[in-house]
Amino acid sequence: METKELTKSVYSVTDFNLWYGQTHALKNISLDIPHKQVTAIIGPSGCGKSTFIKTLNRMVELVPSVRMEGSIKYQDRDIFGAGSNVESLRTEVGMVFQKPNPFPKSIYDNIAYGPRIHGVKDKTILNEVVEKSLKGAALWEEVKDRLNENAFGLSGGQQQRLCIARALAVEPDVILMDEPTSALDPLSTAKVEDLIQELKQNYSIIIVTHNMQQAARISDKTAFFLNGEVIEFDATEKMYSNPQDKRTDDYISGKFG
Amino acid sequence: MNEKRIVIDDKKINRRRMYNKTGQVLFFLSTVFGMIVLATLLVRIFTQGFDYLNWDFLTSYASRRPEDAGIKAAIAGTVWVMGITIPVSLVLGVGTALYLEEYAAKNKFTHFIELNLSNLAGVPSIVFGLLGLTVFVRTFAMGRSILAGGLTMSLLILPIIVVASKESIRSIPQEQYEAAYAMGATKWQIIKTVVLPAATPGILTGAILSLSRAVGETASLLMIGAMAFIAYLPDSIFSSFTVLPIQIFNWAGRPQAAFQSVAAAGSIVLLVILIAMNSVAIIIRNKYTKRY
Repeated sequence: METKELTKSVYSVTDFNLWYGQTHALKNISLDIPHKQVTAIIGPSGCGKSTFIKTLNRMVELVPSVRMEGSIKYQDRDIFGAGSNVESLRTEVGMVFQKPNPFPKSIYDNIAYGPRIHGVKDKTILNEVVEKSLKGAALWEEVKDRLNENAFGLSGGQQQRLCIARALAVEPDVILMDEPTSALDPLSTAKVEDLIQELKQNYSIIIVTHNMQQAARISDKTAFFLNGEVIEFDATEKMYSNPQDKRTDDYISGKFG
Repeated sequence: MNEKRIVIDDKKINRRRMYNKTGQVLFFLSTVFGMIVLATLLVRIFTQGFDYLNWDFLTSYASRRPEDAGIKAAIAGTVWVMGITIPVSLVLGVGTALYLEEYAAKNKFTHFIELNLSNLAGVPSIVFGLLGLTVFVRTFAMGRSILAGGLTMSLLILPIIVVASKESIRSIPQEQYEAAYAMGATKWQIIKTVVLPAATPGILTGAILSLSRAVGETASLLMIGAMAFIAYLPDSIFSSFTVLPIQIFNWAGRPQAAFQSVAAAGSIVLLVILIAMNSVAIIIRNKYTKRY
């Protein structure tokens, strides 16, 4: 834990390029993502922001035609290096998706899924993890009396917080969120946003969002992506009040996108 | 206002309605035709065979005298053959489906395999019988045994099970895989914890339906030489055997009128078994199929 506190950035991306077949989706990306802060990634559809966040836990490799160049270091380790394996990276870097995707299992089994696949069998530990994760995702009070009910019975917003709890149960250091509120109503969105503020105490959060107000509300730093390039990456406050690049200004002020 | 270009008069409307009515009547008649044939079949079999259907019929061996004839050996044979067919076809079928859907690269070669699986499902059963005769009975010298019959049946229904399992696996949404991958699961863990639990109802439905086809299957087993007259119960997978449809087929071919009734009684038993199997498949499908 000591060394981690000293590391200032959790991810360090240098000259990163990515292609889907012939399409050049990410171009010369270089940025350092800070530790225990919320980093927002904004930009219009198709700008590569989802691709970028999926690269950080190597989920992008599920696309067969993908090709990558450059380096991404997580806690000073090259995530594509020979010594790194994808399963342990994804244990340290959790992910929450656009659409809530609980398993068709009970609430309890959804949360216990991660610990179980990593070999935790002890009932007491599992019970603790489930309670802690649900509390961490501000869902415990709502579901503690029906842990054995199917997760599909929850509302959309609850399902998304369940997915956050499920990600927390693996005890990650980073949580990647790919437009986590785009399928939710405003009230559920507000709950998830509050939750992100709390999670920031203990986790580094990287969130892709379509919603510029959301980025302004919750993030410490913001990266603006356009056509696969990082146009601007700065403290959110500075970027919204005084953008350096005209395109950032145009996007933030709603001239396109 | 522009002049209206779409003009509908009563004559046009009446004609359309008439077409609609004609269609409705034609489709109704098609349905009724099938129902009448099915009803005739059932009535004929039941009126003819019902008198022979009693406990003795189920617990006696075949006999020269129609009043003594029973289907004990045939039922036992069917059960034994299924005892080989079910595990072999399920293991091979689900394994193949998992490989094709989860592991194999999507290229021309796998596409070719998938195309031919569908073709195999359409191959007449007698051809599978020939294959079983050549490969199992002769080459592997299994003789006219339950083992040879069960393996031949497995081959016969394997394509159907593979196709049904593939469909079932393919219907699992990509988001379910992503959820598991994002927590650091390996492919095998995902298969165990996500794919199989979600696909099992579909796989079972397909498997039971194809097994009920196997239970009623005659031609391929005749080909590999299942017997019609067996007066003992099988004691191992190397025993010779008969199965229900072959027993029925044999009785129906006898000249005495009374044996026709015995055949009808056997058909009732076979029908009941098949309907029971199909019902189980429907129950599983309706009750356990996951909706996302």
